[in-house]
Amino acid sequence: MTDATAGAGPNPQDAAAKAAEKPGPMLAADGTPLKKSLSRALRRQKLRALMLIAPLLIFVLVTFVAPIADMLFRSVENQIVSDTLPRTTAALDDWNADSGELPGEAVYEGLYYDMVIAEERKLHTRLGSRLNYEQTGLSSLFRQTGRGVDDIGEVYFDQFDDLNPAWDEAVTWAELMGEPNWVAEAKARAGNDESIPGFEMKDGIEDLLPRTAEMYGIFAEFTETEDEDSPIEEEPWEMVHVALYQDLVSQDVSGYDGAQADLLNEAKAAVGDFETIGFKDGFLEIEDDWGNHDIWATIKTYSPNYTNGYFLAAVDMEKTPDGPALRDENERIYGILFQRTMFMSLMITFSCILLGYPVAWLLANLPSRSANLLLILVLLPFWTSLLVRTSAWKVMLQQQGVINDVLVWLGLVADDARLVMINNQFGTIVAMTHILLPFMILPLYSVMQTIPPSYLRAAKSLGATNWTAFWRVYFPQSVPGIGAGSILVFILAIGYYITPEIVGGTTGTFISNRIAYHISSSLNWGLAAALGTILLAVVMALYWCYDKIVGIDNVKLG
Amino acid sequence: MKFSKTLMATTALTVAAGGMVFAEAHGNMANSMTLVSWGGAYQNSQQKAYVEPYLEMNPDVSATWDESSNEAVAKLRAMNEAGNVTWDLVDVVASDAIRLCDEGLAMEIDHDEILEAAPDGTDASDDFGDLIVSDCFIPQIVYSTTAAYRPDLLPEGAEAPSSICAMFDLETYPGKRTLERRPINNMEWALLCDGVAKDEIYDVLATEEGQQQALDKLDTIKDQTVWWSAAAEPPQLLADGEVVMGSSYNGRWFSAIEEQDQDFAMLWDAQVFDLDGWIIPADLPEDRLNRVLDFVRFATDTQRLADQAAYISYGPARKSSAPLVGEHAELGIAMGPHMPTAPENSENIFVYNYEFWADYRDDIDAKFQSWLAQ
Repeated sequence: MTDATAGAGPNPQDAAAKAAEKPGPMLAADGTPLKKSLSRALRRQKLRALMLIAPLLIFVLVTFVAPIADMLFRSVENQIVSDTLPRTTAALDDWNADSGELPGEAVYEGLYYDMVIAEERKLHTRLGSRLNYEQTGLSSLFRQTGRGVDDIGEVYFDQFDDLNPAWDEAVTWAELMGEPNWVAEAKARAGNDESIPGFEMKDGIEDLLPRTAEMYGIFAEFTETEDEDSPIEEEPWEMVHVALYQDLVSQDVSGYDGAQADLLNEAKAAVGDFETIGFKDGFLEIEDDWGNHDIWATIKTYSPNYTNGYFLAAVDMEKTPDGPALRDENERIYGILFQRTMFMSLMITFSCILLGYPVAWLLANLPSRSANLLLILVLLPFWTSLLVRTSAWKVMLQQQGVINDVLVWLGLVADDARLVMINNQFGTIVAMTHILLPFMILPLYSVMQTIPPSYLRAAKSLGATNWTAFWRVYFPQSVPGIGAGSILVFILAIGYYITPEIVGGTTGTFISNRIAYHISSSLNWGLAAALGTILLAVVMALYWCYDKIVGIDNVKLG
Repeated sequence: MKFSKTLMATTALTVAAGGMVFAEAHGNMANSMTLVSWGGAYQNSQQKAYVEPYLEMNPDVSATWDESSNEAVAKLRAMNEAGNVTWDLVDVVASDAIRLCDEGLAMEIDHDEILEAAPDGTDASDDFGDLIVSDCFIPQIVYSTTAAYRPDLLPEGAEAPSSICAMFDLETYPGKRTLERRPINNMEWALLCDGVAKDEIYDVLATEEGQQQALDKLDTIKDQTVWWSAAAEPPQLLADGEVVMGSSYNGRWFSAIEEQDQDFAMLWDAQVFDLDGWIIPADLPEDRLNRVLDFVRFATDTQRLADQAAYISYGPARKSSAPLVGEHAELGIAMGPHMPTAPENSENIFVYNYEFWADYRDDIDAKFQSWLAQ
């Protein structure tokens, strides 16, 4: 310790002497252990390399990895329910769905406030569409309820209004709820058409009238931010009257001596005689379905912030009160589609190997002039629109199409028994094999070009037959090309979308067609994300298997 | 803090005031707009009937088309999440408009305020009537999904089909047919032809048994059906003789029959009316919104909607436009009889039940697709 602090810098001669004295760690010229010094130099190099690639890395992370991660994250995200119905979901925690009874008044009370606020913010229909994925009918239930929810508030609003018309004025409420200084300034500015400062709540009013303060606060904030207006000029929503009624029934307001104290005490004396309506009864009046136990069970099931519901749906299961269960037979589809996607992608890969191998061999062994010409023919489809190529297969394969016409003309097929070759699996495999073939031929070709022709000649001169020479000498050297081509074709095929959509009919469509449907048509992005995540996981798992069996080092692109 | 709030409020006031002034003075309007539509003949009819006239009246303005109506809902949602909506006016079918409105992606509008009244002074909302199916939706046209067939491919001696149930009658009309690869319309037709009374169809379809009944009926023709996903496919399939009958949009049939001289016959029975119209994306900047409002007021007035019918056989959504519908712009044939709304075509019609399908779409679609895949 003392040496290190005393010495301004290590002395190389000392260090060398020390190293010679006893066998310790080898030291560098500056006296630090060689290992440390080396790793520092390496680290600096790595850092420099990292800085050089940093722009690309950041670009890839920001534009590629982050959006995909964000999209996949939607498969578990479910905040919308608790964000839109915070009071309802909190109250539902105490409710046991297995009890078979409807939730209590507290839940309906929470639902009332949540619905009024959601309706003002126009969020209730969005929640309705979200929950409709889980249970049919919730979309219109939320839409209708949004239209009818004011009925409950009007009962109380009218009675306050009848009691004293002052309750119908924005200023009354502002004076009751607002900080006196703010009220004075707001009034003065409103009179001069000047802009009004932001609302400030009166001290102590939260203790006196807790519900009213909460609801008025929400109203005031919404009025200022969304409507760009001030609570001094806007009379509050009916929900604030409901809150005030509830507060007056339960709170003691006799100690209050601020603005509008008389009015408040007058109301306090009168609320005992108010005509009331229960929240539950109110909702049942708007829509009978609020008395449906299943609907509440669905809302409770989907109230946590994260859900596995989308993943369950993606494997043909659903959430039930007794835990996950398989869907009805007539609603299962994704299992079939995943199997079919795997099977057809493998078929397409094998067809590509079968067709691509001889072509690549020809390309690699022809004189370069003809090889170049042939290569252009291979690449030509690349320059043609994908839709044109796919539609061309329709013309070729349909029942009144070219191939059937030729077969009928040759007498091989009867005119009334033309072959069905499109709008099924066969059509999809044919069209996709054609489209993906270049991705097989090109890696094969570039690998085969590196195999010296003298090997084959040597094998033959040593007595091998043509077949043995090919199978024992040539083929093993071309395997890396097959591996590269197969991975390319398989991964492209498994996510293919447009060709199966056009020529797939009902039996030749892929899982990606369903993903596209959920992205662009049903807007169920959570389910689409779950299906996409599963597809990604399957591809990665296959890639891992491939690495274990074949070894990814054996794959060559040239 | 206070200062910035004051500043914001002042700006808001100024902008609002600017908006009010513009109504008379046409100030503060963007000079370009991006319109979203379907491409093809339909977009062409819009271009001819009101976009070109509008641009002639406003030489400074330029309009760009984006042919993305197919995936408008998904794209608009993505744009909205990214906080960068580049579209100014989007053409969508009514069911999509309802969903965009539900999602808060489309602007709610007061139809009487932003749309021109009819020439006789009728308010816009009365002129459009029931066709305003959502607070965000500005209807343009009524189209229908309906059937057509090849008379020359019918068996010898068979009567020409007069009912949609010919689609399910393999004995009288053998051969393949083509239907859309989705449950909407097909389920209704299946129940209708399975003996369910027309006014009970949606009650029946709301039950599990009813859905199964419809699928069972469709099952009888499943092997003989080619399922289409793009409306251009049925005319092609019929023209090639791949199928003997099929369903598509009436405008597609019209263009195949009249413009391309195909020998098809229309089967208007049980055609399903649907609507197409504009929505304005929510939260547009003030200047772009002003421009769009100005354009939409012009593009949906009585004369412009009637003009559109000269290019495509879709019925104008305004009642007051119907008497003004004239001849096809190039073929010179009267368009009246080709409209889905013409009396002789609309003896037996359905109207797309938006409310029902908003609720049941996910559920029934899952069953339908599962049935198709098996």
